[in-house]
Amino acid sequence: MLNIFLVILSGVATGYTVRKVPFVKHAGSVITLVIALLLFFMGVSVGTNDQVLATFSTIGIEALIITIGGTSGTLLCAWLLYSTLFKKGGEKS
Amino acid sequence: MKQSLIYLLLFAAGVILALTGQLPDALLNDDISKWILYGLLFLVGIQIGSGKKILLAVKRFGPAIALIPLATTVGTFAGAGVSSLLLPGRSLIDCLCVGAGFAYYSLSSILISEFRGAELGTVALLANIMREFIVLLLAPWMVRHFGKLAPICAGGATTMDTTLPIITRYSGSDYVVVALFHGMVIDFSVPLWISFFLSL
Repeated sequence: MLNIFLVILSGVATGYTVRKVPFVKHAGSVITLVIALLLFFMGVSVGTNDQVLATFSTIGIEALIITIGGTSGTLLCAWLLYSTLFKKGGEKS
Repeated sequence: MKQSLIYLLLFAAGVILALTGQLPDALLNDDISKWILYGLLFLVGIQIGSGKKILLAVKRFGPAIALIPLATTVGTFAGAGVSSLLLPGRSLIDCLCVGAGFAYYSLSSILISEFRGAELGTVALLANIMREFIVLLLAPWMVRHFGKLAPICAGGATTMDTTLPIITRYSGSDYVVVALFHGMVIDFSVPLWISFFLSL
């Protein structure tokens, strides 16, 4: 997985070097296109994977449990932060 | 929303074409998508390196603004960690990987599916789409019970685009810049966290 870090870091270095070149403004749109292409490929690998297809409903329930867990934890932290720091300082109402 | 729909349609098209066996063998080669993925990560890096908006937001709001993405990250990992106790088939690291998508379902599911297989990748896709929809549906409830930062933290990486309108509406326009800053920081942290968890 070191590869991923190295690729992102070399991107950051490149991005910093070429930050004044007008082309970098379009990086976002290119990313959108590439993501669309990769999601298609991901669909293909799901469609050719019998195990994923057979357990799709279980996968959905697992996804729901992880999401509810993560979102609840986040809501609690957001509430703690809001009531300790933000409510008094920045709040007008 | 339109962009999310296009992404989902392409994913579904891939599934359907694969099921009907209409694809040439060349497309089933995993190496192609791996190289495209590295290209994508390089582009994400370029976007991080060439942007200076994050620093501007910090200057304007002071260091306290940095606590908001921190609360998001800590809360999500704690919650995803707890949920792994309910899922005997999934390890703690698997659940943290899925949680580290922070509703950025496209990039997170692609990364996870490439390095951990299509099964966990699909869990990540569904879990992170659900997270985005939960925020879109429940933002007013979140603000009422957990304060104005709640939909921002829950929205994860999407608070700079898809969930921004609903946050503006229920948390108020004072929080737009906060949401943008938060979305950018979380957005950039997604590939870093996922590759970190994948390397464990």
